[in-house]
Amino acid sequence: MNAIADIVQAIPVDQILIQTVNGVVAGMILALVASGLTLIFGIMDVVNFAHGELFMLGAYVGVVVIALTGNFWVGLIVSSATVALFGAALQIVTLRPLIGRDPLTTILATFGISLILQNFALWEFGTTVRKISEPISGHFPLFYLTYPWYRIVIAALSGAIIAGFWLYLKHGKYGIWIRATTQDRVMAQAMGIPVPWVFTGVFALGAGMAAASGVLAAPLVGVTHTMGLDWVLKAFIVVVVGGMGNLAGSVAAAILISLLESYAAIWVSPAQAVIVSFVALILTLLFRPTGLFAATAGK
Amino acid sequence: MSTAPLERPIPLKKVALSHTAVFWLGFCAVMALLIAAPLVLPEFWRRFLTEILIWGLLAMSSDLLIGYTGMVSFGHSVFFGLGMYGAAGALLAISPPNLWLALLFGLAGAAGAALFVAYFSTRTRDIYFAITTLIFSQIFYVIIFTWTSVTGGENGLLFSRPHFSIPFLYDARFTTATMHWFVLAVVAGSYLILRRITQSPFGMVLQSIRENEARTRAIGYSVERYKIVAVMLSGLFAGLAGVLYAIQNEFAAPDFVYFITSGDTVIWNVMGGIGTLVGPIVGAGFFQLLREMLSRVFGDQFPYLIPLGVVFIVMIIFLPQGLLGFARRWLNK
Repeated sequence: MNAIADIVQAIPVDQILIQTVNGVVAGMILALVASGLTLIFGIMDVVNFAHGELFMLGAYVGVVVIALTGNFWVGLIVSSATVALFGAALQIVTLRPLIGRDPLTTILATFGISLILQNFALWEFGTTVRKISEPISGHFPLFYLTYPWYRIVIAALSGAIIAGFWLYLKHGKYGIWIRATTQDRVMAQAMGIPVPWVFTGVFALGAGMAAASGVLAAPLVGVTHTMGLDWVLKAFIVVVVGGMGNLAGSVAAAILISLLESYAAIWVSPAQAVIVSFVALILTLLFRPTGLFAATAGK
Repeated sequence: MSTAPLERPIPLKKVALSHTAVFWLGFCAVMALLIAAPLVLPEFWRRFLTEILIWGLLAMSSDLLIGYTGMVSFGHSVFFGLGMYGAAGALLAISPPNLWLALLFGLAGAAGAALFVAYFSTRTRDIYFAITTLIFSQIFYVIIFTWTSVTGGENGLLFSRPHFSIPFLYDARFTTATMHWFVLAVVAGSYLILRRITQSPFGMVLQSIRENEARTRAIGYSVERYKIVAVMLSGLFAGLAGVLYAIQNEFAAPDFVYFITSGDTVIWNVMGGIGTLVGPIVGAGFFQLLREMLSRVFGDQFPYLIPLGVVFIVMIIFLPQGLLGFARRWLNK
C-alpha cells in the first residue's frame, strides 16, 4: 500500500498539467504545418518534401519584414502572402509538368526543391540563428511558472486558421471546387473547373499555411536554415498516423503526438522524447496502417 | 498495292556478337579502365574514384528496390550507417583490427536494421513506403546521435584502417591503390550478384510486383515476404557500402545516417537511370563530378547544391529515364 502511495505521490501533477498546455500549443502549430501537407497530398497526390522549407522560408521572410516594419502581425501576413505566391510559381514551374506521372516523381521533384531552398537560405542568411521576439509579452501564473500568453495566442490562432480553412472548404465557392477536384478530377474538369489552377491554388494555400506556422513558431524556436527538417519529419509522422489526406485526422494526430512528446519530456531529454512519436508511428503501422482516424473521420 | 522488288539480293547473315559476348566485353573493358585508373591518376582523383565506387554501390543497392521492385526507399542511410558503425565497432573492440571481422560486423548490423525496417515498412506501399522509410532513417539517426556512450554521439567514432589480410597467406597495409582495387573487387562482385538476382526467378517476381502488385498476389506469390527479402538484400549491399566507406575514411559519423544521405542515394538513382544497376553508379559519379567541378570553379563557399538541385529537377521533368535509361532494356536482357 505504501508503495502505491509513493508512486501516486511521485507523479508530478503540476508538471503534467504544464506539459499538457505545452503539448497542445506545439500540437496546434504542428497541426497547421501538417494540414497544409495533408491538403496538398489529398488533392494533388503530391507528397511535398519541400513543405518544411516553405515553413523555414516563411520564418525568414517574417524576420526580414519584421525587421523592416517592426510589426509582428504585418510580418505574419506579408510572409504568408509572399510564400503563397512563391508556392504558386513553384507549382507552375516544377509540379505542373509532372501531373499525370507517377506520384513518386513528385516526391523527387519536391525533394530537389527542398535541397535548393535550404541551401539558398544557408547562402543568403548564414548559420546564425535569428530570433523573432514575441509580439505579446504578457505572462500569467501557472503553478510555479509564469506562462507567456503568446503561446496561448499561437494555439488559438493556429486553430482559427485551420477552422477558417475548413469552413471555406465546406462552403466557399473555390472550396467546393477543391473538394470536387479531390473526388473526381475528370468530372470536375468536365464541369468547367480549371483543375490545373485548382492545383496551383491548393499548393499556394498549403505554402501560405506553412509560412504562417513558420512565423508563429519562430519566437519559440530559433530561425535557421534547417528548422524546417524537424517540423516536416514530425508532420510526416502526423500525416501517416492521422491518415493521409485526412484533415481532421491530422489535427487530432498532431495534438496527440505533441502531447505524448511533452509528457515524455518530463522524464527524458527532449531529443530522446522524439522517440515516443516514432513508437507511436510504428504502433500505428502495425495495427492500423491506414491511419488511426481513417475510419472515423471523413475528408 | 506495291510489289516488293524481287531482284534484291538476300543479304548474307551478318556475323554478330551475341548479347552475352558484348556484355562481357564491355564489362571487361570498363573493369580494365578502372583497374588501370590508380596507376595513372593523381592521389586526389584516386580517392575520388574510390569514393564514387562506394557511393555507386550504395545507389546500386537501392536500385534493387527503386528500379526493380518499385519501392522508393528513403531509408538507405540507415543500412549504410549501420554498416559503418558495425565495422567501427569491430575495429575498435577487437585487436588487432581485422578487415573480415569488420565486414562481418558491418553486414550483421545492416542486416539487423534491414530486418527491423523491412518488417514495418513493407506494410505500406508507394508514397507511404517512402515516408515510412524516411522516418526510420530519422529514428536511427536520433538513436545513434543520442546514445553517446556507444556511438560517440555527434563526434562519431575514429579508428585506424585495418590491414588487408588473407589468413596465413598475406598481410599488408592498404595503400590508396590497393584500397581502390579492393573496393573495385567488392563493387564489381556486388554488381554481378545483384545482376544475377534481378535475372533470377526471385528477381522476376520483384519486377512483377513493380508492374502489378495485385496480380502478383493473385497468382499466389506472397508479396510481403518477397518485399521483406528484397529490402533485406538491398540493405545488406548498402551495409557493405557503409563498411567500405568506414574503412576508406577511418571514421563513422551520425551525419551519414541522416536522411539526406538517403535522399542523395535516390537522386543518384534517378540521375543515372533506375532499373539498370550500372546507372546509379554513373549517377553517383555524375553528381560527385559536377559537385567537384562547381566547387573548383566557384570556390568552396559556393552552395553547389542549388545548381545541382536545378539540374536534378530539370532531369526529372525532361529526362525521367536518367542518363543510362536508353540502355535499360539491353542491360537487363
